[in-house]
This record gives sequence, C-alpha cells and structure tokens, in this order.
Amino acid sequence: MAEPLLALRNVETYYGPVLAIQGISLEVREASIVALLGSNGAGKSTVLKSISGFVEPQKGTIRFAGQDLPGHEPDAIVGLGLSHVPEEREVFPFLSVRENLLMGAFTRRDRDAVRADLERMYGLFPILRERLDQPALSLSGGEQQVLAIARALMASPKLLLLDEPSLGLSPRLVGEIFTVIRRINGESGTTILLVEQNAGKALEVAEYAYVIEVGRIVMEGSARDLADKPDIREFYLGLKEQGVRSVRRWKRKKLWR
Amino acid sequence: MQGLNDFGQMLLSGASIGCVYAIVALGFVLIYKASEVINFAQGDLMMLGAFLGYTFIGVLGMPFLVGVGLAMLCMGLVGAALDRVVLRPMVGQPVFAIVIITIGIGFVIRSVVIVTPGWGTETYTIAAPYAGGVSALGGVTVGNEHLAIIIAAIVLIAALYAFFRYTTLGLAMQATSQSQLAAYHVGIPVKTILSMIWAISAATAALVGVLLAPVTFVHVNMGFIGLKAFPAAVLGGFGSIPGAIVGGLIIGIVEALAGFYLPQGFKDVAAYVLLLVVLALRPQGLFGQTAAKKV
Repeated sequence: MAEPLLALRNVETYYGPVLAIQGISLEVREASIVALLGSNGAGKSTVLKSISGFVEPQKGTIRFAGQDLPGHEPDAIVGLGLSHVPEEREVFPFLSVRENLLMGAFTRRDRDAVRADLERMYGLFPILRERLDQPALSLSGGEQQVLAIARALMASPKLLLLDEPSLGLSPRLVGEIFTVIRRINGESGTTILLVEQNAGKALEVAEYAYVIEVGRIVMEGSARDLADKPDIREFYLGLKEQGVRSVRRWKRKKLWR
Repeated sequence: MQGLNDFGQMLLSGASIGCVYAIVALGFVLIYKASEVINFAQGDLMMLGAFLGYTFIGVLGMPFLVGVGLAMLCMGLVGAALDRVVLRPMVGQPVFAIVIITIGIGFVIRSVVIVTPGWGTETYTIAAPYAGGVSALGGVTVGNEHLAIIIAAIVLIAALYAFFRYTTLGLAMQATSQSQLAAYHVGIPVKTILSMIWAISAATAALVGVLLAPVTFVHVNMGFIGLKAFPAAVLGGFGSIPGAIVGGLIIGIVEALAGFYLPQGFKDVAAYVLLLVVLALRPQGLFGQTAAKKV
C-alpha cells in the first residue's frame, strides 16, 4: 500500500505550558476527503496549525509527501503543496478579489497555468467574478470564505486543510460550500482534510473521519460507520435514539476515552 | 510683482524641503504598515546615506548619478541587515521595546559617523553638477538644487507606486502589511519581505539625503529632519502613503511661508502648530484609514 499523503504519528502540541493536543495519529490518503470532528476547544484547529507550521509540535512526526514538516516555516510548507484555509479566513482586506487570488499563487512560477487557474476559480465560484475589483473587505462573510478557499486553491495544493468552512454561514451557503468541497475533490483530485463542527455535513462529503475530544482522538472510522454510531448520532448529529435517557449521557461519553 | 515672485519662490523651495519630509515620512510609513514599528532611526539612515554619497562623489570622485545609486544600494543593504540582525530576533516582543531599539539604532549610527575617520562632526557639501544654478519656472526663479529634489521625489514616488501596484513582489508587500498571518498562509516569505521593506525605506532615505546635501550640507545631525518628517506622517494619517507625501509637502510649504512672512522663530514651530490644528479637527489625520487593521 502506498504511503499516505499526510501522516501524523503521536503528535503533541503545547501552548506555553498548556497541553492542547496529545497522541494525535492520523492519515490522509491521496485524493480523499478526511473529516476531523469535535466540539469547540477540542483541539481541531491546533492539529491543523501543527501541520501547517504555525505552531511547533513538541513530540511526534508529521510526514507530508515524503517530507518531515516540523521545522519548516509556514510559507515554505505552502511551497511544498499544502494550503491551509484558517477559521478566521484572513483575506487581505484592502486588496481586490483578483489581487487576493493572485497572492494565492505567490509560490508558483508558471504564469500561464496561474492565469488558467484564475479562470477556473471564476467558474467554480461565479460570485468572485462579479466582485473582481472590489476590496475583499467589502465582501460578506460567506463571500470571504469562498475567496479564502479559492485563494488557497490558487496555490494548486496537493492537500487542502479547511478549518470550519461553514462557520457563521447561512444554511443555504453551508450547502453551497460543501457542494464546492466535493467538486474540488472530484474535479482536480485535491486531497482535503476538513475540520468541522457541522458533523452531519462533514460526514456526507468525507470518506473517513476522526473524532477529537479534549486533545485526543477518541474515535475513527469510515464516514458511513461513524454516521451510524449512536454516540455520534446523539452528540454530533443531534439525533436522539428512542429510549436513551439524557441523564446517562456523561457515562457514555466517558467510555470513549 | 516682486511679492508674487517671492511667494512663488517660497512655495517651490518649501515644496522641495517638503519632498524631503515626504520621502522620509514614506520610510516611516512603509515600515510601520508592515511591522507596526515606528523607526525613529529613519532620519539617521538618511544622514548615513548622505555621508556615503559624500564619500563616493566628493572623496572618491565618482560621477554624481553613480554615487547616488551606489549610496542607495549600500543603504538598502544596511536597512536589510538592520532588520535581519537587530529587529528579526525581536519579533514577538512588545512593540514599544522595538521602537526604543530603533532610537538606539539612531544613536549608534550617529556615533559610528562621528568616529569614522574623514567624517566626524565636520560639515561637508556634495558637489552636484547642477548646484548653484537657477531655473525660471513661469516667472519664478528657483534654485536647481531645490528643483532636483522635487523632480527626484516625483520620479521616486511614481516608481514606488508602479512597483506596489503592478508587480507581484509589490503586491506581496502590500499583502504582508495588511495581514502577516494571511501572508504566511499563501506562502509569502514574510520575514524576507520585511527585510526588503527596510531596504526600500533606507535606500529612499539615502536618495533624499544626498539630494538635500547641496541645500543644507552633510552633517552628523542632519538626521534630526526626521523630527519634521514624523509630524508629516502623522498629519497625513500614520499608515497612509499618499498621506505621508501630502503631509510632507504641506509641512514643508507652511514652514517656508512662515519663515518668510512671520517673525523669527515661527518657522520651527509652524509644523507642530499645524499638526495640532489638523489633529484637533481630524484626529485620524488627512488620509487616515478608519477601518481597523487585523494583525
């Protein structure tokens, strides 16, 4: 079996003295969509930041496309083919939409292909074509999210890390974003590691998923299996089985560790 | 008619000194926008550039333009080296600590100039080929050394504008100034970009330093012109490049007119009086961006 595109082994990251994630091991196979689920503060974003070089893990190994990532600067990691769309979106507020997209291709030298990719982005996200010369600041939250994803794709990454792409969006936009995620993966074979609180949507698009709680991975499996597990159904999908008493919740949750 | 000629002369010579303030203020603003650091050594970088220009042109006898170019190049390297060696290790420290360091850099530069053989505390001039002559502009006679500053400033500003607006590297510098975090996310080498911005600031300061030499002479304390460029940057709205340029021009012109029409002593305070009035009426400065910057 081929080496996975991304493999984390026993990764441990601290913020100062505070342990944020511990013993994280996960794999992302080429051309797949993998979801990382968990509630607020579980450490999902820290996993992504450890991968993309924004925080340095104290322990463990992170291998991406045959290279060890820790020790690389974040900008060098983008050059290796790994783009991270942060939760805060972080568009360049005073640059136009077009300039934002061009900056996404900063690490590339193939100008013609960049121009073709620009057109491809306008095809994937028609809203960006309409807003081309507007400063990114003037875009709505959903439009900024779309721009942030498109900007990351402009780097033509092998692996895209998406941190809560649906956060703060209207239900209709959430649907659109997930349609786009599926299209990106289907059309260009871009591998995606998706961090989400919206477990229902994430499990629909992902093939495999990990569940993270208080800094540890507590459950993993194919998306279909996870979607059928009673714990996931109750705590992440909000679907309560008949006969389960809510008073027993804490006990069942504890079994996961 | 004589009165009109005087006024025109004051306007042009004021504008030329204003251009010097503007370019030094531009250096302040470029560094501030990119790293939130106010570089109080900016005036001293200009002074060091002027001394280098004096050495290349006056001592080594190089052609004027070659000497100017070489001084800019050297100061660009000095700027980049300062960022790399002194400021980069300070990343993550409180901004005020870094600002104090820039004041220290200014002292060091002045000390280095004083102890360098052939420089010291003497006053020098740079023999510009155009110096001493006058030109007539629509009935107003103006010294060539003033005209040269104005022309050089226009060319420099146009070049910088084109660079920031139309080149990928220039856009990346703008992008880094707007959000360092986002710049990292798209793979812009933020640290290298910051060094480049220091290089640009120092090189432009060297240019005006050399051009200013025929007007005010080269002296170890000429860097105190930074004290006038600072209100220029504030007047324009700190963080705005067009603001720095307009602010510099306004302060230069007001100073020249105050020196001519008002009793002695007003020339030096005019800039600060103007600054107080403008800030009272428009606290964000003339061109201040009101939208909050995310860091």
